[in-house]
Order: sequence, then C-alpha cells, then structure tokens
Amino acid sequence: MQKKISSNPFRGTPEQEAKLKEIIAANKHDKSRLMGVMQEAQGVYGYLPIEVQNMIAEGMEVPLEKVFGVATFYAQFSLSPKGDCNISVCLGTACYVKGSGDIYDELQAELGIGGDECTPDGKFSLTACRCIGACGLAPVLTVNEEVYGRLTKDDVPTILAKYGK
Amino acid sequence: MKTVAELQAVREAAISEVALRTGDAALAAKSKYKRNVLVCGGTGCTSSHSQDIIDTLNAEIAKHGMTDEIKVVRTGCFGLCALGPIMIVYPEGCFYSMIKAENIPEIVEEHFVKGNIVTKYLYKETVLEDGSIKKYNETDFYKKQIRVALRNCGVINPEDINEYIARDGYQALAKCLTSMQPKEVTQTILESGLRGRGGGGFPTGRKWSFIADGPQKYVVCNADEGDPGAFMDRSVLEGDPHCIVEAMTICGYAVGASQGYVYVRAEYPIAVTRLQIAIDEARANGMLGKNILGSGFDFDMEIRLGAGAFVCGEETALMTSIEGNRGEPRPRPPFPAVKGLFACPTVENNVETFANVPQIILRGAEWFASMGTEKSKGTKVFALGGKIKHTGHVEIAMGTTLREIIEEIGGGIPNGKKFKAAQTGGPSGGCIPARLMDTAVDYDNLTAIGCMMGSGGLIVMDEDNCMVDMAKFFLEFTVDESCGKCTPCRVGTKRLLEMLDKITRGNGTLEDLDKLEALCNYIKANSLCGLGQTAPNPVLATLKFFRDEYVSHVVDKKCPAGVCKHLLTFTIDKDKCIGCGKCAKNCPADTIVKTDYIAPGHKLPSLKILPEKCLKCGACISGCKFGAISKQ
Repeated sequence: MQKKISSNPFRGTPEQEAKLKEIIAANKHDKSRLMGVMQEAQGVYGYLPIEVQNMIAEGMEVPLEKVFGVATFYAQFSLSPKGDCNISVCLGTACYVKGSGDIYDELQAELGIGGDECTPDGKFSLTACRCIGACGLAPVLTVNEEVYGRLTKDDVPTILAKYGK
Repeated sequence: MKTVAELQAVREAAISEVALRTGDAALAAKSKYKRNVLVCGGTGCTSSHSQDIIDTLNAEIAKHGMTDEIKVVRTGCFGLCALGPIMIVYPEGCFYSMIKAENIPEIVEEHFVKGNIVTKYLYKETVLEDGSIKKYNETDFYKKQIRVALRNCGVINPEDINEYIARDGYQALAKCLTSMQPKEVTQTILESGLRGRGGGGFPTGRKWSFIADGPQKYVVCNADEGDPGAFMDRSVLEGDPHCIVEAMTICGYAVGASQGYVYVRAEYPIAVTRLQIAIDEARANGMLGKNILGSGFDFDMEIRLGAGAFVCGEETALMTSIEGNRGEPRPRPPFPAVKGLFACPTVENNVETFANVPQIILRGAEWFASMGTEKSKGTKVFALGGKIKHTGHVEIAMGTTLREIIEEIGGGIPNGKKFKAAQTGGPSGGCIPARLMDTAVDYDNLTAIGCMMGSGGLIVMDEDNCMVDMAKFFLEFTVDESCGKCTPCRVGTKRLLEMLDKITRGNGTLEDLDKLEALCNYIKANSLCGLGQTAPNPVLATLKFFRDEYVSHVVDKKCPAGVCKHLLTFTIDKDKCIGCGKCAKNCPADTIVKTDYIAPGHKLPSLKILPEKCLKCGACISGCKFGAISKQ
C-alpha cells in the first residue's frame, strides 16, 4: 500500500532535535535497532518527515534509502502528521463483521477527509487500523488513547462533539 | 536469588499469598489478607476503564480501614471479555461483571464490610434461582476449559515475580539446570507431542533438535500476533509474562543459546510493558543473566517491537525485521535452524507454544500427551469473536468439537440468529460450515476438511454475513499486507481481489469461478512464504462450502445475505408505509417519491423508491420505524 506523504512544511524544534540525537546516541552501537530508533523518533515528532529520516540515516550511519525503505514498509510509520485528535477505526475481522466499515465511512463523511488524512485545521486525522484486540467490545474505535466500544454509526456525531467538532 | 535453595525459600514465603485464589484454605490462613479482589487488567477490560475500578477499590477499602485485610490485584485477562470489566472476589470466587467505578462503594460496603454479596452486579449465570452463588469456574464458559498455557492468566499479578514463583514459577528452569541434560530437555518436549501453536503445527521438540552447531545461537519468541481477531498470545503476555521468560531460558539451555529476542507487536502496549517488567524482574532476581541459579548457564533476552506488518509473523520475515530491515521473507533452505537470525542457528517458537513448556518439564511428557487427540496433544487457546455471545478467549483440550466450543462454551449466536460458518486461521485459514460443526478440532482434522488450525482466532459468522464478502475482506487484507517480494503473491492476490470485487458487483460469470479457483491454486503453489501460500485459503474454502452463494451472485445477481450492496434492491411495502416521509428526508439521492396508493387505515399515500437512482446506502431503512422498507 502506498503511503500518503504530507506536503505540510516541517516544523521541528531544537528540543525535538536534541531528543532525537539522544535516542540515536543510545542505540548507535547496534544497527539492528534502526526500527526502534524510528519508533522513538515518531514518538518525538508524531510522524517521520524526510528531514527526520535524514537525521536518523546520518546518525545511525545507514543509507537514507534504507531508512525510507523501512518507513514505507511498516504500517506504524507515518509520513504525514497526525491531528490533535487521531481517530483510528478498527477494521479487524471481529469489528468488521459487526459493522465497523459503516462507522469508518460515516467518519469520513462527517469530517470531510479520507483515510490517512488530516483536516486542514490540524484538529482531526483519521486512520483505519488492524485489530487492537478489544474484540469483546466490537466494533471499536480509538481517539488518541481513549477506546470507544460497542458502537453504531449513530454514535459518531456524539463522539466527534466530545472533541469539539 | 543465586541458588535453587533461595528460590525455594521465596516460594515458601509467597505461596500463602495466592492460596485464597487456588482454594487452599489451610495455606491461606497464613496470609494476613482475608480477601483477594482480582480485577482484570487485560486490554479489553482496561479499554473499559478497569483501572478506574482499581483506584476506586483502593480508595474505598482505605476509607473503611481494611487495607491490611483486603488485597486488590490487577491480573491478566480472565477470558470472558464480553462481560468486561470483570472483578473476581475470593474466597467466595464470585464473578462481578460489567462493573462500573460508581458501583464500587456499594460493593465494598455491602460485600466486604457486611459480608452480603451484591448479586445484582454478578454475572447472571452465577446467581442461581434460590439466590445462592455459583463459582465462576463452574459456569458454562469455564467448566469445560483446561488451562495450561493460560493457567496463571487471571490468577496472579503479572507484575510481581513472587506471585509467579508461588505458582511453581521458575521451578521448571531449576529442574532443567540442576537435574537434566540439554538433550533430555529437548527429548521431553519431543515426547510430549507439543506442536507449534502459531498455526503450522510443526513438532516443537523436532525443531529444537534440528539446531546446528555454532558459537552463537538464538532463541526467538514470535509474539507478532497479526491475524485479525486473534488475541491469545497477547493474553499470555499480559497475564503471565514470566512463563515466557522461563520457557525461553529453558529453550536456550536445551539448544545452547545465550541470547533471546521477543518480537512483539507495537499495537500491544500493555503486553510490552508487562513483559519488560518481567524481564527486568527476572534479571534482578538472577533468573536471567550470567550464571543462572549457580549453574554456570548464561542467558539474556530483549524485546524488539514490530511496526505493523502482517508478513513479519512469518518466521524468516520476522528475523529480517529483528535485524532492522524491511520485513521480507527469505527463501528456505537454509532453514533458520542452520542460518537464522544474524545468520546464526535460531529456534523460533510462538508465545503459546512456549507457554506450555514449563508445565511439560514440571509435570512430564506423559501428562501432556494424555490430553488431546492422537496426533495433536495438549490444549489449544482460541480467541472467540464475531457473532458469538461469549467473546473472549478459551483454552480447551485438542479434539473438542466446534459445536461444544461455539454452543456450550461460547454461549451460541446472539439475537436468535442461525450459525453459518466459523473462520479459523484468519486470512490464512478457511471456514467451517454448519454441517461440519461436529468436527473434533485438531491440526489434522481441520487440514483434512480444507481448513487450518491457524494461531487460534475463531470468528463466528451468522446468516447475515455474506461469504463472498468475507473472502473479499480477507483478500483486501492480504493484498494490503503482501510484502511485494514475489510475483505470485503480489500480483496474484490483487487479481483475486479484482475478480471477487467483480462478483460482488454482479458482473461475474460462472467461468470466473473456475478462473478464481485456478488462480488460487497457482498462488498457493508458487508463493515464496507462508503468507502467499495460504492467502487463497479463504477463497478456496468459501468456494468449496458456499459455492451456491457465489452462484447466486453471478447467476441470479443476488446476495442471499443482503450484504453486497450493488446487488440489493430496496423496496417499500406499500401496505406498511404510512407515508410519513422520514425516509425521503434521509435519502441523500432524492429517490423516494409519493405513489397514488393509500393503504387501508392510513391517511397519506405510500411512498416508493426509484430503483434506477437508488445509491443503496440504506439510510432509508434505518429511519423507518414501521419496518416498511426491506432490502433483498
């Protein structure tokens, strides 16, 4: 699956850069930890723009091509920024058979964005995710860390309203 | 703990602390706690705020000055996730379900202070007609289960090594290091008949015995549980992480490896945290590191996080990913036992496989082999999901029939619907139709009917699920997750999906069904790794058991389950319609118009849908209170 690459300008701060350098210094001795470094970098910046990938490649002394290759291979790495509220709808089997596809469609309609996109005001982003393992609560979605379960399509406006939509 | 004697001393001291939960009253009397309150801290219950319950419990218990009498324990998953959050109270063993934090003050006051169980909050199956209480392990869901891999889940605090030791933890490791040769350990596992629980079913002991000689060897635990709807491994890691640490160390001793890696999905944050705590605790207590229990054997391990790639559950792809690369599989031979992680001999097993190891060492190969069927020994954990009342995980002896699992343990299908099929093995597996419900579930029986055991996800489907749509859903998954390295999988699955899409749109022909089957067999035979080789299984199985549904789609242009929306027609029953116009308001395409017919007893003319303009979105149905609109 091709990843969407954001055209938003990079707004990294010196603090973030210092943090990234620390992470690289702690893992540099073992090149097999590249993925771990990228995961932590994504924790610092929220996503992995090309500027950050460049810093990782230089710091870990691996080609940028390899960093980009890993970033585009794994679903967890995002090349686009996330909104303040990142909504993630589980499309795992258990949720799917209980109608999470309808909920995902409804969210796209309500927010006016597609999957893996962020609203222009930076408030909401929407993703579909694989099974999060809360199948007992199916269908589920998460807003940032908060989990909402046993949903129907009609719950969508209420949830969005809670986050100021 | 530097010696076995010290380990035994810790066990002696800790054993009374868990005795209430195991029902040993004499031992329990030695503990200062008169009551243990276990709250589920697994992913399901944490999602429904079990942490708030624990916080409220602690506050309320402190308020009543009972902190020294009542111990609150956050455990791993109890299994019956559908009823979460769950709280079990000992010594009674009573089962509070779907508890909210605001119920806690009442329970503390009534039950813990006054001694009256608050039956209205109990799981209703545990309250008998005469008002007496059934223990949770006597309910339909639990009574047929045999817990080996899950024996500590929902019993101990996974973040406390002493509770694990109290439940015979690290005894198997001590036994191996003090009284068994590495070869004997492998032999015991071989004789037990344990087979890989990740889905392949390869005999674990044989895998261990194949390992080549070399200065550096590795043990890898595959916790990249990627099948949608499967959460067995997560439950073990969340509920009993020390048993994985112990089992991997035992494996390291058996094969001569000194380093282990656990590859866990990053989507399992609770499992990762608890496993890290367990590794740190084990290291601090001398169960990992140099000279374990004074035996001279060294072993250590670390966690590597996956990043959301299904193919990394395949063993060679997983190793490539641990090395920090794109997780693409590699051709075999060379097999991992000869040239695996970092090009060194490597043993890789799945979480559930490892979880059985300490018990086999302690209780013997014969004990394990006494459970299960002739060629599939022991137990298997299944994650029940989909259209079933008791969603959650269960551990049953191999050979239990699907009917027992779904109807008795799982409580059947909700809302009075009819069972249609069960999907095992996720996107790599197949479906079992209703007429084969009496199949005894083990590796060979499932393979014989063209299905596979898989890692243990069991998704139940009822009459409202369309099997063509399900096959398409799984193909969408594999198309997304195909790593792209080999052509049969990369291109073949995409073509399969296009053909299925064509069928669900009503453009398929009977000839397409034959083409579909031929392409499936081609992909199976020619793909590089397990992902591609098994990707066509959902299509083949549905074609085999539900060919009539495919035929309905291509010949009659109908979807019998009413799922494939391109094949649906929405109609308004002119005699039920009162002409209120709610549906017309909901319709995004203005396809609903008045007719000149007024049904007897109604005042307004009934409405009708113009089929040529209808988008088939279903907005009209959800708005109609009179059940006048139907889809077919």
